[in-house]
Amino acid sequence: MATGAQIAQRATQRARLEEGHAQGRTTSAVFNGLMYGAVAISVLALAVLLYEVIKDGASAVDPQFFQNQPSKVRPETAGAQSAIYGTLWLMAITAAIVIPLGVATALYLEEYADRTRWWNRMIEVNIQNLAAVPSVVYGILGLAFFVRAPLDLGSVLLAGGMTLALLVLPVVIIVSREAIRAVPPSIREGSLALGATQWQTIARQVLPASIPGIATGVILALSRAIGETAPLLLIGAAASPRFNPEGLDSAFTALPVQILTWTTDADQESFLPLAAAAILVLMAVLLAMNSVAIFLRNRYEQKW
Amino acid sequence: MAEPLANAASSSDGVRAALARTPTVRSRYESVVKGLLFAAAAVSVLTTIAIVYSLFRETVNFFDEVPIGDYLFGDKWTPLLNGDQQSFGVLPLIWGTLYLSLIGLAVAVPLGLLCAIYLSEYASPRVRKTIKPVLELLAGVPTIVFGFFALTFFTPEVLRGLVGLDIGTFNALGAGIVLGFLVLPTIASVAEDAMTAVPRALREGAFGLGANKRQVALRVVFPAALSGIVAALVLGASRAIGETVIILVAGGTVARLSVDPTEGFQSMAAYIAFVSRGEASTGSIEYLTLFAVGLTLFVMTLVLNIVSIRLVNKYRQVYD
Repeated sequence: MATGAQIAQRATQRARLEEGHAQGRTTSAVFNGLMYGAVAISVLALAVLLYEVIKDGASAVDPQFFQNQPSKVRPETAGAQSAIYGTLWLMAITAAIVIPLGVATALYLEEYADRTRWWNRMIEVNIQNLAAVPSVVYGILGLAFFVRAPLDLGSVLLAGGMTLALLVLPVVIIVSREAIRAVPPSIREGSLALGATQWQTIARQVLPASIPGIATGVILALSRAIGETAPLLLIGAAASPRFNPEGLDSAFTALPVQILTWTTDADQESFLPLAAAAILVLMAVLLAMNSVAIFLRNRYEQKW
Repeated sequence: MAEPLANAASSSDGVRAALARTPTVRSRYESVVKGLLFAAAAVSVLTTIAIVYSLFRETVNFFDEVPIGDYLFGDKWTPLLNGDQQSFGVLPLIWGTLYLSLIGLAVAVPLGLLCAIYLSEYASPRVRKTIKPVLELLAGVPTIVFGFFALTFFTPEVLRGLVGLDIGTFNALGAGIVLGFLVLPTIASVAEDAMTAVPRALREGAFGLGANKRQVALRVVFPAALSGIVAALVLGASRAIGETVIILVAGGTVARLSVDPTEGFQSMAAYIAFVSRGEASTGSIEYLTLFAVGLTLFVMTLVLNIVSIRLVNKYRQVYD
C-alpha cells in the first residue's frame, strides 16, 4: 500500500517528467525552427541569385549579344561572340585531353593496380590531394609550365585547355572509378572464363557497362571547367578580343573571364546588363549539361 | 589414309605451335596496354610534381631578392608600390585569407550542418529528392556569378539597403557571407553523407530508450558521425581559403591587418589573380610574388587536405 508520502512523491515525479517533456518540446520546436530556417535560407539564396541575374540580364540577351564582339567602350553594341566561341573551344580541348587520361587512370587503378604496392597507394592519395588544390594554383602551373618555358606555348587556347583538363582530371578519375567499380565481378569472371584476356574483358565488357557513369562524371567535370575564371586569368586569357579563336594556337577569352571584365569595368553600370546576360548564357549551358548528366544517371542506372 | 593422318598431325602441330605462340603475343599486347594505362595514371603524379616544381623554381628567385624573414613576418604587403613603399610581408595576405574564410564559415557551418541534419534525419524521401538537387545546383554555380551577386546585389541592396550598414563597395562582410553560400553545399553534402552512414541500430537503440527525434539527431547521430563532419568542415575551410574570384570581385585589393569587416581585404588567391590581370613581366618582382604567395597557399591547403583525408579514412574504418 502506497503511503501518502509515496503518492505525493510520485505526483511530483510525474509533474517533473511532464515539465521535462514540455521543455524538450520547446527545445525541439526551437531546433526545428532553426533547421527549417537554414534550409529556407539556402534555397532562398539560390532563388534570389537567379532572380537578380535574370532581372539584370534578360533584356541584354538578344541576337546582337551572340553576333557582336565584346567591347569595353561601347556597351550598347557589345556582344559576347568571341567569348562564347572561346568557351566552346576550351570545352572541346579539355574533353579531348581529360576523357582518355581520366578513364585510363580509373581503369588502371580499378582493374590493374595492386593496392599493396606503395606507388599505387601514392597515386591514389595524390589524386585525392589534387582534387582540393585551389584552381588558382593550377593557373600558376599553366602559366609557369605551359605558357612560359618549358612548353612555351604562349597565352593560347591549348595552354588554357590543358590547364583546365588537369584541374578537372581528379573529378573524372574519381567518378569513373565508381562507375567501373559498380560493374560486378561476375561479368569479368564470365568473360575471362571464356578465354578473353584481361584487356579484352575490360574493353568489351567492363568499359561498355560503365560508360553511362563515366559520361555523367565527364559532364560534371566539364561543367566545372566551363565556369572557371581564375586559372584562365593566370594563363592570360585576353580582355575582350574582337576576333574568334581560329585554332589551338589562338589567343582567346571565355565567358567567365568576359563576365569578370564587364563586372569590374571602370564604367560599371552600363556593362552590368552585359555581364548578367553572359551569366545567363553560361548558366543555361550549365543547366543543360547538368540535366543531361541527371538524365544519363537515371536512364542508364543498372541494377545487376 | 596415311596422308590425311600426316595432315592431321601437322595441323595439330600447327595448332599446338599457335597455342604456344599466342600467349606470348597476347601477354605482350596485354602488358603494353597495362603500361599505357599506368602512364595515364602517372600523369596525375607528374601534375603534382609540375605544380611543386613551378612554384619552387620562381619562389627561390623571389627569396634571392626578399629575405625570407621579411616575407614570413613582415606586417605590410605592398609589392606593387614603388621604391621605399614597396614591402613584402605576407602576414596581411594570410590574415585576409583567414578572416574572409572565417566570415564565410560562420555562415556556411551552421547553415550547412542544419541542412545536413534536416536532409539526413528529418526530410521525407520526397522532400529530400527536391532539396538535394537545389543544393547541388548551388554548388554548381560558377564563382564569378557569386562575385557578381556579391558586388551588384548583396553589398548594395542587402547590407547597405536592407540592413543599413555604412559600408564600402568592396568589403569583407559582403564577400565573406557570399563566400559562405559557396561553401555551404560542400559542407552540407559531405556532412549528410557522414550522418546517413551512421547505422540504423544506433538510432533505434536511442528511440527505444525514449529519446525524441532531436535528441537522436543531436546526441546520437551527430557525435557518431563527428569525424566525417569535421572532415566536411575542413574541406569547406580549404575551399574557402582557395576561393579566388568572389574576393577578387567583391573583397577589395588592399591587404590589411584589421578586424573591421566593413573594410576591403585581399586574400592570397585574390592577390594572385589580381596581379596576373595586370602586366607582370616575367622575372619582375611582381611576377615572382605570384609564386611565393602561390606556394604559401598551396602549403596551407595541402595541410588541410591531409587532415581531411585522414579524418575521412578514420571515420570510414568505423562503420564500413
